[in-house]
Amino acid sequence: MKNKKWKKIVQHTVMIVFTLIMIYPLVWMVSSSLKESSSVFVDAHSLIPEGWHFENYITGWKGFGGISFSTFFINSAIISVVATIGSILSSTLIAYGFARVKFAGKNIWFVCMMLTMMLPFEMVMIPQYIMFNKFNWIDTYLPLILPTFFGIPFFIFLIMQFIRTIPTELDEAAKIDGCNSFQIFYRIIVPLIVPAMMTSAIFSFYWRWDDFMGPLIYLSTPEKYPVSLALKLFSDPNSVTNWGAMFAMSTLSIVPIFVIFFLFQRYIVDGISTSGLKS
Amino acid sequence: MEPLKPARRKVKKDNRNTTGYLFISPFLLGFFTLTIFPILYSLYLSFTDYDLMGTPSWIGLDNYVRMFTDDPTFWKSMKVTFFYAGIAVPIRLVFALLVAMALNKIVEMVGLYRTLLYLPSVVGGSIAVSIMWRQLFGNDGAVNSILGALGLPTHSWLGDPDTAIWTLIVLYGWQFGSSMLIFLAGLRNIPKTYYEASSVDGAGPVKQFFIITIPLLTPVILFNTIMQVIQGFMAFTPSFVVTNGGPVNSTLLYVLYMYQRAFEYFDMGYASAMAWVMLVIIAIFTALIFKSSPHWVHYESDTK
Repeated sequence: MKNKKWKKIVQHTVMIVFTLIMIYPLVWMVSSSLKESSSVFVDAHSLIPEGWHFENYITGWKGFGGISFSTFFINSAIISVVATIGSILSSTLIAYGFARVKFAGKNIWFVCMMLTMMLPFEMVMIPQYIMFNKFNWIDTYLPLILPTFFGIPFFIFLIMQFIRTIPTELDEAAKIDGCNSFQIFYRIIVPLIVPAMMTSAIFSFYWRWDDFMGPLIYLSTPEKYPVSLALKLFSDPNSVTNWGAMFAMSTLSIVPIFVIFFLFQRYIVDGISTSGLKS
Repeated sequence: MEPLKPARRKVKKDNRNTTGYLFISPFLLGFFTLTIFPILYSLYLSFTDYDLMGTPSWIGLDNYVRMFTDDPTFWKSMKVTFFYAGIAVPIRLVFALLVAMALNKIVEMVGLYRTLLYLPSVVGGSIAVSIMWRQLFGNDGAVNSILGALGLPTHSWLGDPDTAIWTLIVLYGWQFGSSMLIFLAGLRNIPKTYYEASSVDGAGPVKQFFIITIPLLTPVILFNTIMQVIQGFMAFTPSFVVTNGGPVNSTLLYVLYMYQRAFEYFDMGYASAMAWVMLVIIAIFTALIFKSSPHWVHYESDTK
């Protein structure tokens, strides 16, 4: 009996130490954002700042080149929200088509979709850039947003897996009541797959918010930069002097991700677990 | 097998076809315009010299020849990428599995541990994390500061070509969260009775790990491995932000070099050829993993 108790204490001690080491870098970033700029790298490992310099956040927010971080945050929000709406609307429609409608050639298209899921973006990055360049879409949000309206294979797959768990008897009953496929889709299926749509929406938001390569390639006017790109510019090792402000903006840039994570944790964890297993 | 009422069936089937294609039409539109066409266009470009001005001029296999015979930087980036993916991916997977197994054993506070350990991966893609990593391993960053406080020698982690790539590998390994969650779900699906039965037969934890846990997890291991290999080969942001390929190209990951070719030198043809070489390599790797899978992946339905 005593042995068991000791085992538990050891287990938890190991776990706690390990977890603390793992999250140390994140805590370090937040604590550095509160240190006085000149002292960030004096005793860099210490997590407790001497005095709480919240003014780092105010100076950081002023941004650079006359553009404040409000502009960058608004830009990020616009791109992320519109792209998320686009990917969820289209992915849900497509997922229903693949999961519930029988049509000629379905299997071939399904294989195509799965292959697209494994195809890295880097493969089509250059031709897409040339294409959007020809359309004069460079330095607009179109290349970042429009493609999401064609569905995201990972979300299509995830939502499909979810639809498969819904009994087909429901569809049959609705059909007898005179519903056509589209009515079945939005009256019966959509309300039932909200959790899967939520999971996809959360991931989509993360990816868009964090996206760096897309804006790096397509945007050239600083006023249009999202937070990710602005932060890279702001943190350029050759020009930064105000380290406290730089860490303050770094910290703020991940706040939306944290908030969404803590609000919707359950969906995310379930989403990852299920999508990974049933492939 | 010809049905008795062909006419009626046909009408009904056609109707379903229209409905099906309507639902998947966004996918089809995107597939042709944003995948198929760009891929074919990229193949064509890889045989041309094109700097975004004027029109691409056909130069045959020149890009490929130049790449393999006359570009040491290309080989360097290839070497760096293989080293990076070859070490970082196994580290992440082993780490993820070990942590998942530890979490699977613990009953109390498991939700809290899981959440905190998943956090690095949640924010992992963000630029803030790459910037933080750069400062953490910088000369006067926290890592050296800790070493100094412990009386250990400090080191110029990012300035030394031998250690710079390791900072990126550690960054990759640190974000083991989603693999961990997938492993954890897989572990939960293994019936407890298997372990009970085997311990009656006298199997210890190590033996159980190799005869029960690993075999039953192989489908999940397969999935994780393929996704991570592709991700590892395609990594860009960490090397761009943390080290920008340096020092002396020791962290020049393949995609970073491809990016430089395309968007700094505007060498679109050459960069497209690079993309194709990468695709072929990834395809070979994925095919090898899939081909080998019948030998090591066990699906429960097979064994019953």
